[in-house]
Amino acid sequence: MGFVTWLAKLDRRWIFLAMGLLVLGPLIRPLSLPLTVSRPVQGFVNAIDAVPHGSTVLMSCDYDPASIPEMVPMTRTAFRHLLSRDCRVVITCLWAGGSGLIDSVLTEGAREFPSKSYGQDWVNLGYKSGNEAVMVVMGQGIINAFPRDFRGNACETLPIMRSVRNYSSFPLLVNISAGYPGTKEWVQQVQARFHLPMVAGVTAVSAPEYYPYLQAGQLQGLLGGMAGAAEYETLVKAPGLATRGMDAQSLAHIFIALMILLGNLAALPQRSSGGKS
Amino acid sequence: MKREVPLFLTAAIGLFMIASFFVPHHWVSVPADFLQACAIIIVAFGYVLGGANVLRVNLEGISRREPDWGHKIVLVVSLIVTFVIGIVDGMRAHGSFPAEGSGSKWIYDNLYATMSATMFSLLAFFIASAAFRAFRIRTLEAGLLAVAALIVMLGRVPVGDVMTHGLPEQIRLGVLQQWIMDFPQNASKRAILIGAALGVMATGLRVILGIERSYLGGEE
Amino acid sequence: MHLSTDLGVWIAALLTLGILSFLYKDNPAYKLCEHLFVGVSAGYYVVLNYFSVVKPNLLDKLFGPGPDYFLIVPLILGVLLFSRFFPKGDWLSRWSIALILGVYPALRITGFGQGDFVEQIHGSMLPLWVPGNPAATVNNWLLIGGLLATLIFFFFSKEHKGALGGTAKVGVYFLMVSFGASYGYTVMARISLLIGRVMFLLHDWLGVLHL
Repeated sequence: MGFVTWLAKLDRRWIFLAMGLLVLGPLIRPLSLPLTVSRPVQGFVNAIDAVPHGSTVLMSCDYDPASIPEMVPMTRTAFRHLLSRDCRVVITCLWAGGSGLIDSVLTEGAREFPSKSYGQDWVNLGYKSGNEAVMVVMGQGIINAFPRDFRGNACETLPIMRSVRNYSSFPLLVNISAGYPGTKEWVQQVQARFHLPMVAGVTAVSAPEYYPYLQAGQLQGLLGGMAGAAEYETLVKAPGLATRGMDAQSLAHIFIALMILLGNLAALPQRSSGGKS
Repeated sequence: MKREVPLFLTAAIGLFMIASFFVPHHWVSVPADFLQACAIIIVAFGYVLGGANVLRVNLEGISRREPDWGHKIVLVVSLIVTFVIGIVDGMRAHGSFPAEGSGSKWIYDNLYATMSATMFSLLAFFIASAAFRAFRIRTLEAGLLAVAALIVMLGRVPVGDVMTHGLPEQIRLGVLQQWIMDFPQNASKRAILIGAALGVMATGLRVILGIERSYLGGEE
Repeated sequence: MHLSTDLGVWIAALLTLGILSFLYKDNPAYKLCEHLFVGVSAGYYVVLNYFSVVKPNLLDKLFGPGPDYFLIVPLILGVLLFSRFFPKGDWLSRWSIALILGVYPALRITGFGQGDFVEQIHGSMLPLWVPGNPAATVNNWLLIGGLLATLIFFFFSKEHKGALGGTAKVGVYFLMVSFGASYGYTVMARISLLIGRVMFLLHDWLGVLHL
């Protein structure tokens, strides 16, 4: 059997196995390939660095466990970045499946800052259904949409919420989102309507569609997928899960590129016999 | 009346909400906020309705002994158990849900989050298989798509820069990838955004003005 | 290797392997995991929406101190949604849907109009001559030319012939480049999801990975 014929008849489960091994290998034996930081990620970091120390920043984490590898490193790094600049952080969530995960990530991240206390320096307002309607209601009053936080406390009793009225109380919105509702809706309903400066961390699937917002200045920075998260970790000198995953990502991408080329090679005999008849 | 009242409500509320974007006066903004608050609450009721519907459909399937009815029992039992544990935990924690250390949090971390993440991770294998079996370069357009895909795929990860390390900076994969994202890709995506915006505005107006009535269901 | 002693992690690992077994072929273990996932998700979403929205935004405000009696409206409309379970009364749910379909299309009209339409056209107003920077000049021409060519491709009111057809063809080429870029990013997204699961199995369950 020739190589090309063998390729054409290849059981896809061998492809699955190869993919699994190529991901497993670099995780066990890292290659430590160097990362280059891109301009959108630099813009993300610059926007947060430009926020005055001690400001209160709004962070909306709109994702669920299906996007953990891309979203959690971004959330963790951004949260740490903000706390390290003595910013106070108000976090919301618009995805039903995400609130439990996000609270765990934030609680774990806050442990690195023992001087920062919940309710004073950061608060998780939890989940609210309603998508765009929640965003617009927050524009009139954050507490109108979120009367209680994730832990059941009345928001008006929390010290951090005493200085928060509506979007004018924040110099920046940091949005980490995996789809709908997410970055697009925040740009349309909040950035465009209330002119709140905004940066976003998004899944790689949706990143290309946000480049027009970045070019138009509606987004000041953009993290795209695990690569964006890894570059962010590199830039703030806090390598984590995303950086660790980039070696596996590299080998897997080479494998996919090879599959495209081999697949077309395997299809060549069919094309030439079709052409002759 | 069964169709006319909802159509009238949709039109009145929709036009009022559009007006509220342009009119900041509190006679408009206060009722608009109330309508949005109502929408938030009704959407939440919708989730409850969805859960109840899942229960109803699967209970019917079990009673009719449909294929896979055994698995449907697993679905119904897990739904009821999660619901009961959730209600008890939520009441104990005074509305905090899922509270740290609760049974609901355990279910969320070890069942829901795990299975949600794993379901989507299957896609990595299928995308590799699809790249081999379905990605065929037969035309100029497909070739252009393939070249752009290969440059972006390899340029976005560290290995792209390693592979083209010796080349002039302007033609390294990382730089090429960024240029594609910033310019040709951007132009096309912007056109799609503008076109989609026109489409959404037109469809929205059709719904508000009652031209699009499929949401009303049957004839009655 | 330090195997986890947490029962939850073991159950999570077994469920992960059960779902991944689908790659070999569809089997009862996968079906069990699939149905378990749907059941847990549905139960979780119901309780979450009650404690996150219905209780704090409606019940506490309606029946608590200083009640807001206007909230009887969303309470009635929310309950009316359940009329869908009764064939003779399901028309009542149209009132609740009418409110939703009044609010959301309006928000989307203004949001898409301002955020996507106006701002994107504004962002396309680029200088066609950048003194001292020929690369930026060429790139701006590419951006504006590509935008116009792609928009012309989507104009179907006139047949794509002659100059219009040629421009639309250029638009197609730009679209193919953008689809290729989207494909590349989609590949990255899918693979990163697998990397996350493998990290869980190696680090949390088997303890062979040190992060």
